Amino acid sequence: MTAIAYALPSIVIFVTAALLILVGAVGVITVKNPVHSALSLIMTLFGVAVAFVAQSADFLAAVQIIVYAGAIVVLFLFVIMFLGVDRRDADRVEPLVGQRAFAAGGVVITVAGLITLMARSHWVTGAMSVSTKGAALAGGSGNVKQLGTAIFTTYLFAFEVTAALLIIAVVGAVMLARREQADDTEASKEVEA
Amino acid sequence: MTTLLGSVDPLFAHGATGVVILIVLIKVLVGFGVLMGAVTLMIWFERKAISDMQSRIGPQRWGPFGIFQTVADGIKLILKEDLIPAEADRFVFKLAPYLVVVPALITFAIVPVGGTLHIAGHPVMLQMANPPMGILLMLVMSGISVYGVMLAGWSSGSKYPLLSSVRASAQMISYEAALGLTIVTIVLATGSLSTHNIVDAQSGGIWHWNLIRLGVIPFVVFLISITAELNRPPFDVVEAESELVGGFHTEYSSIRFGLFYLAEFMNTITMSAIIVTLFLGGPAGWIPNVAHLRWVFPIVWFLLKTVAFAFSYVWFRAALPRFRYDQLMDLGWKRLIPLSLGWMLIVAGFLVSPRWGLGMIWVTFIAWLTLTRAFRLGHSRERGVEAVLPVVGERPLPGDVLRQMTDEEDANG
Repeated sequence: MTAIAYALPSIVIFVTAALLILVGAVGVITVKNPVHSALSLIMTLFGVAVAFVAQSADFLAAVQIIVYAGAIVVLFLFVIMFLGVDRRDADRVEPLVGQRAFAAGGVVITVAGLITLMARSHWVTGAMSVSTKGAALAGGSGNVKQLGTAIFTTYLFAFEVTAALLIIAVVGAVMLARREQADDTEASKEVEA
Repeated sequence: MTTLLGSVDPLFAHGATGVVILIVLIKVLVGFGVLMGAVTLMIWFERKAISDMQSRIGPQRWGPFGIFQTVADGIKLILKEDLIPAEADRFVFKLAPYLVVVPALITFAIVPVGGTLHIAGHPVMLQMANPPMGILLMLVMSGISVYGVMLAGWSSGSKYPLLSSVRASAQMISYEAALGLTIVTIVLATGSLSTHNIVDAQSGGIWHWNLIRLGVIPFVVFLISITAELNRPPFDVVEAESELVGGFHTEYSSIRFGLFYLAEFMNTITMSAIIVTLFLGGPAGWIPNVAHLRWVFPIVWFLLKTVAFAFSYVWFRAALPRFRYDQLMDLGWKRLIPLSLGWMLIVAGFLVSPRWGLGMIWVTFIAWLTLTRAFRLGHSRERGVEAVLPVVGERPLPGDVLRQMTDEEDANG
């Protein structure tokens, strides 16, 4: 591997993003209050978005915030708020016996995989971009076009299959939710009858 | 880094020298000052216009026509005692107002206010930033401001703010979908995400404005969704006084309440400016041939259009009764999202070729028929209140018997 000299602004941005990601990630698992850990998760996602911008993957950064921070964590918070955050004693009991051993195993596998990836290839997005077959991406607004072209030509099948999977998941969720309600109305009908 | 910035903003074409940094600083400071001044005027304007429409006088004591009323209110708010409820989550309670104000400020940065100037040999775009993600930044920021509202309500440790914040966040993320789909339509027609390019593409006269070029439907969908996104009347179920006291900021006082108030009006202005940018060509308009002053007219056009929309928001507030929460959700999910999705397909089809466009009209028409049928089927399954709220316990007597009894009582009494 060749050593690359980085300019000071890039280093500052990288360190900021890394700090945001790490502090947030540690916060998610160490903070007691579930709402605070959801907030830490947002901080991590924000750090990842900053890292994306630093690598001129602006579209990914925007989508990162819009989808993950703007929708998914909002849903997490919804669930936390509806269930009530005062029930903190639930985590004293371990629902799955032996999950700690599995978690440790998962950590070992993930870290080993990451280290192998880092050692064996250019895993940073700029070096092995999918849309340009390894050449560097266009800077600025050009790379949104490149990403779009790659998704809708080379990777069209994967894209459409993902869309179909998501639709199936949504329809499944709606079906589950509707069936429960139908049962309720039938039960109330029986009560009335 | 230099080439990256240069491809976005010609100001950075020759690197970030001292003069360039100074220009950027001045742009940011002027932008901030203008926005703050505009917010002050907007609050006064809304109060004055509303009171005119309701046959009242409105603010009149301080300054001509009471124009300094907002300043007086601001000073009063700052000097008031800052209360934090005992049940509040202190850190989140203090954080929440900033999560609302900062996105409101940042969104304005991508609005092109005028054309391009030449200062000290540098081309200067009259917009604070022109990031490659462009208009997506607006969606990003509205995504963040959801947290401000949600956490403000939750951290107050009080039930009305909590109810309000749950309502608000559900409303805001629902309408973001319709908003995103209309923005996709615009981006498809423009071929770029950057607001500068969106405005450029509309500069060839009124027939090139997205309002007309894309058909009026995306504009209508966008206007409705953005009103809901702002939690402004008639979609202000978030602060419905009769149901929820003061909404998510019930427990806030002093300058923290002031920040929410500020953010609300700042968002109103910013979103008017965004509508102008996306649909009405931003600073585009007729420019008379006056020496040295040609650069002023785009700014004037931009301001006129923005004020027109700001006024329409005030008008909405005075004229329209508040939606019920379920009507609001029905409008968002069952009307606006399918409508904007179908319209996006039609526009995309016509961009490819007229034949594809006509095909997409057919597809959309069939989808519309299916959806209408599905809604009717779903509607016929619901039978009154019991379909939504299951009956708790047993009723002592059937409804019609009870009604008959009260009727008899009325007849006897």
